[in-house]
Amino acid sequence: MKKLRLIFVALLALLPLSLRAEEEFDMQSFIFGHIGDSYEWHITEIKGKPVSIPLPVIVHSKTSGWHCFLSSKLEEGEYQGLHIAPAGSKYEGKVVETAADGSEIRPFDLSITKNVLGLMFNSLLVVVLILGCARWYRRHDALQEAPTGITGAVEMLVASITNDVIKEAVGKDYEKYAPYLLTAFFFILINNIMGIVPFFPGGANVTGNIAVTLVLAVFTFLMVNLFGNKHYYKDIFWPDVPVFLKAPLPIMPLIEILGMFTKPFSLMVRLFANMLAGHIMILCAVAIIFLTAALGPLLNGSLSLIAVLFGVFLDCLEFLVAFLQAYVFTMLSSIFIGLAHQEPEPE
Amino acid sequence: MSLITPDSGLIIWMTLIFGIVFFLLARFGFPMISGSVKARSEKISESLRQADEARAQLASIAQEQQKMMEEARREQAALLREASEARDAMIAEAKAQAGAEAEKIIADARERIASERENAMRDIRRQVAILSMDVAEKVLRKDLSDDQEQIQLIDRLLDEISERKTGNPS
Repeated sequence: MKKLRLIFVALLALLPLSLRAEEEFDMQSFIFGHIGDSYEWHITEIKGKPVSIPLPVIVHSKTSGWHCFLSSKLEEGEYQGLHIAPAGSKYEGKVVETAADGSEIRPFDLSITKNVLGLMFNSLLVVVLILGCARWYRRHDALQEAPTGITGAVEMLVASITNDVIKEAVGKDYEKYAPYLLTAFFFILINNIMGIVPFFPGGANVTGNIAVTLVLAVFTFLMVNLFGNKHYYKDIFWPDVPVFLKAPLPIMPLIEILGMFTKPFSLMVRLFANMLAGHIMILCAVAIIFLTAALGPLLNGSLSLIAVLFGVFLDCLEFLVAFLQAYVFTMLSSIFIGLAHQEPEPE
Repeated sequence: MSLITPDSGLIIWMTLIFGIVFFLLARFGFPMISGSVKARSEKISESLRQADEARAQLASIAQEQQKMMEEARREQAALLREASEARDAMIAEAKAQAGAEAEKIIADARERIASERENAMRDIRRQVAILSMDVAEKVLRKDLSDDQEQIQLIDRLLDEISERKTGNPS
């Protein structure tokens, strides 16, 4: 224990020395570089040179058709008439082409970016995890023995989510919706946790990206509204309110229809904002180390210690939030699905 | 700011990836796990129910056993009582029979004694009558004038008679 502490302190003391070379720390690009999307997967920097994995850029331009090449080609500048928009541009950081009049046009962009690759990897992880567990049940007689290890943990999660959340919130035909809700839970959980892992293949801010949460929210929206019962739609278009609130001017139906969209919208924003905020907090805690590098070794060293401790705390917090947000998303989706299946109260 | 504007490319990729994941897991993953978990929990509750039933059955068996034992004990007591009653009845009957027999024997004996006595009396009476007749004959046969002689005669006769009776009983 004492030895470990000594090594820790020694490492901390070395930090400012190694960072002396860096001139000025750009906080904004540091944070946005980590939470944003990019065309290559930046891993680290060795001797001032960035080490990153180039990813395929796939774009379709109206004028020049499909383009498909590795992002490393864009490092030198323009390639096939395409370049990454510089800072200050409307499409900062995105691949754009220059139109005839000199303005920037964004082509249709299907590139496998950092987030897409992270998404693919995490999804593969989810599929392997769940199908691996399913395989255990196929190979064993679940009536005779209980699974251990990861399968046991997954079974515990599946059982508790099914019984405590889905069964309670959805109601009688919960089994029809359980696969979607469980998929959403594990998908969000794995993506959240992988987002906290600081090195490749983790670290992509997937669930803190609004496009990802948007798609999840749309899936929930579809699940709620495609299978809503008669009573649910009657409550939206002809709710039990005084007639003047719905007859000449459909005030209540309008509010109800708006409500159909605000529910998944809140799901989208909640997950996005929570994960984004968590990432930014951790990054800020880490950034203290680099920001204080200019203040001298003593101050930097002591502040680094605080930053590391704070970072550990925030990582634990984020781990909790990762689970919590997956749980909350599943729970609220279940509740919304359950609300669309309410039977009218007997009068 | 690109943070809050969803990127169309990412939306397409996400829809595709999530759709595939959803399809795979909903088709091959979760129904298997949920089904097995449900089957197991059903089996557990079924087993618990069966155990409960078995316990109840065991309790009822014990109760039945108790009841049977009690019944047996009651039967035993009843049998004993019956046996003793039968014994008592037999003894009483035997006693009654013996009593009746004894009574009969006694009555018989008494009757016989009575008849013996009657016979004896009749005998005695006959003897007396014969004696009287003899005496009277003798008296009549001898005419006696004086009393002295009469008395002597009677005495002699009586002696004679008694002598004959002891010497030669009729």
